[in-house]
Amino acid sequence: MNVLVCVKRVPATAGQITLTADAQDIDTRYLGFTISPHEECAVEEAVRMIEAHGGSTTVLTLGPEAATDQLRDAMALGIERAILLQSDGREWDPVATASAIVEAIEAEGAAGRSYDLVLFGNESADSAGYQVGVRVADALDLPCATGIKAIELSDGRATVRRQTESGWESAELALPAVVTVKEGLNLPRYPSLPGRLKAKKKEVERITPQWRDGGLEKVRLKLPVQAEHTVEILGKNGDAGAQLVEVFQRLRLL
Amino acid sequence: MVLAFIEHVAGAPTMLSLEVLTMANRLAGEMGTQLEAIAIGPNAAAATGILSSYGVSTLHVADDGRLADYAPAAWAHAIAELVREVDPDVVIGTASDRGGEVMAHVATRMKLPMAANCTEIAPGDPFTVIRQRWGGSLLEEAHLKGTIKLLTLAPHALTAAASPSRTEVTTHAFSPALDDKDFRVRLQPQVEVDTGKISLAQARVVVGGGRGVGSAEGFAALEELAGLLGGAVGCSRAVTSLGWRPHSDQVGQTGTRIAPDLYIACGISGAIQHMVGCRAAKHILAINTDAGAPIVAQADYAVIGDVQKVLAAVNAEVRRVKAGEPSRSPA
Ligand SMILES: Cc1cc2nc3c(=O)[nH]c(=O)nc-3n(C[C@H](O)[C@H](O)[C@H](O)COP(=O)(O)OP(=O)(O)OC[C@H]3O[C@@H](n4cnc5c(N)ncnc54)[C@H](O)[C@@H]3O)c2cc1C
Ligand SMILES: Nc1ncnc2c1ncn2[C@@H]1O[C@H](COP(=O)(O)O)[C@@H](O)[C@H]1O
Repeated sequence: MNVLVCVKRVPATAGQITLTADAQDIDTRYLGFTISPHEECAVEEAVRMIEAHGGSTTVLTLGPEAATDQLRDAMALGIERAILLQSDGREWDPVATASAIVEAIEAEGAAGRSYDLVLFGNESADSAGYQVGVRVADALDLPCATGIKAIELSDGRATVRRQTESGWESAELALPAVVTVKEGLNLPRYPSLPGRLKAKKKEVERITPQWRDGGLEKVRLKLPVQAEHTVEILGKNGDAGAQLVEVFQRLRLL
Repeated sequence: MVLAFIEHVAGAPTMLSLEVLTMANRLAGEMGTQLEAIAIGPNAAAATGILSSYGVSTLHVADDGRLADYAPAAWAHAIAELVREVDPDVVIGTASDRGGEVMAHVATRMKLPMAANCTEIAPGDPFTVIRQRWGGSLLEEAHLKGTIKLLTLAPHALTAAASPSRTEVTTHAFSPALDDKDFRVRLQPQVEVDTGKISLAQARVVVGGGRGVGSAEGFAALEELAGLLGGAVGCSRAVTSLGWRPHSDQVGQTGTRIAPDLYIACGISGAIQHMVGCRAAKHILAINTDAGAPIVAQADYAVIGDVQKVLAAVNAEVRRVKAGEPSRSPA
């Protein structure tokens, strides 16, 4: 069982977002970076699969040199190999991202490394294109399920389940396949200290794909307009009980 | 021509599809062209009645029994085949679980870019869209290239509105040349046991807890208040990551979107990824030790203090009132 996980480096924004002066990016001067929560679950799932079924795991990202941090985070959790598709820091749109990933998977195949399962997040946290996994699956002619919150493997098949607006759905996929996952799939472990130290020493393989224009061109970012707003302070600690009851009654909840 | 991909249940378009039709109708008007629709699955043709109030001239129905099940690649195959035949200027679908997935498959089949979760569309050259990033806490203005513009509309970007005039809707059934390969993935609905619990997404009151609740056991007071008010308990991602609550309770960008009349956020700081999950709440009440926490500035009501102390007092007061005793008048 060989599993590939595709992750993306994104800023860990917190209380509010600030944009750079040219409105092309989030101002990340005071921010850390992380991988999207959906993809953290994909990493955890890959590690569990290999613990249960044996095999190998690889993590891949398209991003700047600094994205090796996120690859090492994944290796600290138990992923064995890491591939960086090194970009010059510009944002690649979904078409361009998917085609670079497809080329990398094909190059892996040519080098005798084929994958039974390629895991993606359902959508990236930052640009949220909702399509890279589907595009990779179609380009490689692999069956694909999206938005998955449970995966079971047996006899070369994956049984997957997802939760939609109208309830739970399930499907069976013959491997090799592409699955895009959502947070809730599992509860990712925290990296151990030995895991971190081991990951630090590991090599990251690098490929530099050619920049391409995929056809969805960012012009600028903007923050949604927030309505003017006032807050009514109802009290402190234990003295607010009666005021809150009044609010509940006003809103007809009591 | 603008082509709208409609999702429906036995011919009744979903709310998100009515929003898509409203946007598509407006767009067709601006572009001086007509609006057509495609619907797949059992009883699709029954949608004509409603579509006539949304300016649709033709409803295309993919005629193949195998499409009764939801097979994303097969549905996309049918749409792509129609797109090649009728050559629309724009194809627009919903950004639902199905809509987004099918449109992405259509995009690869047509070798076209696609813009997901658009909130505004300005046709012309360049064709410009505003789309959501970060679950809607950030917007992007983008140019969408490609001979045919493929996009999905963000949920609730506008209000669905039928037009007072009705159109004559022609039904066009077509039989796509489906491939067995398109049916490799079929999604089957699963029978669910009704737990009798009020669902987070539907609840009128949600009592949400964050790291400030202190422990898994600390949620007992939140459970009690939710029970008293007939609501549901939610939580932040910090809480799910700590293993205090299941992910199904998580509110936010990577959790559930809620729309209650009142959201009571206890010991939650109000990170943007949490706030996108509760921005449809009509009122927010924050309980937090820190008057400077972002959640307080975004709330309608706030109580500054320790969650457990505040909730102990509130729960006692609500119990008194429910038992028919007079509320203590505010001090
Ligand atoms: C891509 C991405 C997606 C994310 N998706 C989500 C998501 O879906 N949902 C989500 O919630 N988060 C999400 N997050 C995480 C988010 O950024 C925050 O880290 C998280 O919401 C913080 O949770 P919190 O408010 O419980 O904890 P904290 O930020 O630690 O806040 C705790 C709050 O409790 C208060 N407090 C402490 N003690 C007490 C007390 N005794 N009584 C009262 N108040 C007290 C503090 O003043 C503080 O305001 C996401 C992050 C990323 C990067
Ligand atoms: N730059 C990238 N490098 C590696 N994987 C990516 C990248 N961008 C997107 N992905 C993967 O594709 C998924 C969907 O991305 P998107 O289509 O942008 O929403 C993400 O959750 C990742 O798993």
